[in-house]
Amino acid sequence: MRPALALLLRDLRLALRAGGGAGLGLAFFLTCVLLMPLGIGPDLAMLSRIAPGLLWVAALLAALLSLDRLFQADLEDGTLEVLAVSALPLEAVAAVKALAHWLTTGLPLVLAAPVLGLTLGLPAQAQPWLVASLAAGTPALSFIGAVGAGLTVGVRRGGLLLSVMVLPLYLPSLIFGARTVALAAQELDPARAFLLLGAITVLSLGIGPFAAAAALRINLR
Amino acid sequence: MPDLGPYATAVLGAYGVTIAAIAGLVAWLVLRARRVRRELAGLERGRRRSDG
Amino acid sequence: MSLWEFANPARFMRISGAALPWVAGLAAVILPAGLAWGFFLTPDDYRQGSTVKIIFVHVPAAMMAINIYGMIVVASLIWLIRRHHVSALAARAAAPIGATMTVIALLTGALWGQPMWGTAWAWDPRLTSFFILFLFYVGYIALWAAIEDPDKAADLTSVLAMVGSVFAVLSRYAVNFWSQGLHQGATLSIDRDQNIDPVFWLPLLACIAGFFLLFLALLLVGTRTEIRARRARALQLAMAG
Repeated sequence: MRPALALLLRDLRLALRAGGGAGLGLAFFLTCVLLMPLGIGPDLAMLSRIAPGLLWVAALLAALLSLDRLFQADLEDGTLEVLAVSALPLEAVAAVKALAHWLTTGLPLVLAAPVLGLTLGLPAQAQPWLVASLAAGTPALSFIGAVGAGLTVGVRRGGLLLSVMVLPLYLPSLIFGARTVALAAQELDPARAFLLLGAITVLSLGIGPFAAAAALRINLR
Repeated sequence: MPDLGPYATAVLGAYGVTIAAIAGLVAWLVLRARRVRRELAGLERGRRRSDG
Repeated sequence: MSLWEFANPARFMRISGAALPWVAGLAAVILPAGLAWGFFLTPDDYRQGSTVKIIFVHVPAAMMAINIYGMIVVASLIWLIRRHHVSALAARAAAPIGATMTVIALLTGALWGQPMWGTAWAWDPRLTSFFILFLFYVGYIALWAAIEDPDKAADLTSVLAMVGSVFAVLSRYAVNFWSQGLHQGATLSIDRDQNIDPVFWLPLLACIAGFFLLFLALLLVGTRTEIRARRARALQLAMAG
């Protein structure tokens, strides 16, 4: 457990340091959500109707933003090769790095979401579901994203390729996440959508590290 | 030519789109096959010359 | 002779070279015949009018679009387990064909929806699923194109195909959950006694056979090209080094 914790703390420190980009995901999320009323108009009734989908799409894009650096910096300076021969299996390395990615990009969104929900006129009874759906759904974004990051780690300027590959994999999470909030906003029962969202996250936590590690091994060959 | 009634554009469009897409795909694949084959033939010839 | 005999690229080139004219010839006969049968010789449906003729291009293209993705997944699995290069290259060659079939299914579906549903595009589960399928093809093709080393590209795209297949199936069900659609249920099924009239399904069967043969012929052409391109690359590297 010690090496995993050390790696996690190292990744968090790197992300939080100036230029690490931990705050950028959140800033991007805020900007995205701010742009929407400016583009669509200040009609709060309309905004409250589209708020669930809007917040979830913004969360998807924010998660994507820092994904291409997940393994690339470590590959460039050779850290990844050291990690690959360390006591920690590469699967654990991928899982820890995905966790660090979630802590620095997903978690801030979960905490900031209620405020943004408020500004978009999301009904009060949907607010807890918004927080719950982001908390249950965004880990999947980081862990699926790790697979994409592992696949494109050797590609120069792979950011666009990464988005094209990873966004289709995000769709089930998006659908169930946004549905959870939308159903709650309409005073319907969101439990089913929420459980399915959680199931996708559990599946991603299971598949993600192994697929990402397989991709990294291929790229390190 | 069968009488397609009010839906003629839809039906003709669907067949047209299909045939155009398939023709485009076939043309692209055949042209690429030809180019790669020529390239490989050139390389093989060059190798044989340098061997002999 | 076992199936694995095809895995040897030289033998594959020989056998596929012999088979290709026959497959291509058969496709060139059956596909136009099936389409002509469907277009000229079928009656109008009492509800859908002449638009019923669109099923002869729409349904086979849609079937191929899905099944080619399945074929890519299986071929990727074979490559990962048995390291047969022909398998990886066949997966690569199949992708653009599958993407084209997806586009055909989407466009003909839109042309059908225009008069029938009153709208060319509806965010209907099936249409949306095909849109998503197209995105999967695009991502897969883009990854192949981005990686220079052929074995590495084969490995990485196989991983993507594996992971992608899981999420493609999930998307299908998620999209069903997301919206109940306009699209009618499956027209062909084995276990139902109420199927469509033989007047329609016989030419439809011919068209499906024609599309399949076309796919097979194009797959052979594409795989042969990929094998040659790989050999050309190896020769270039050998000469440069």
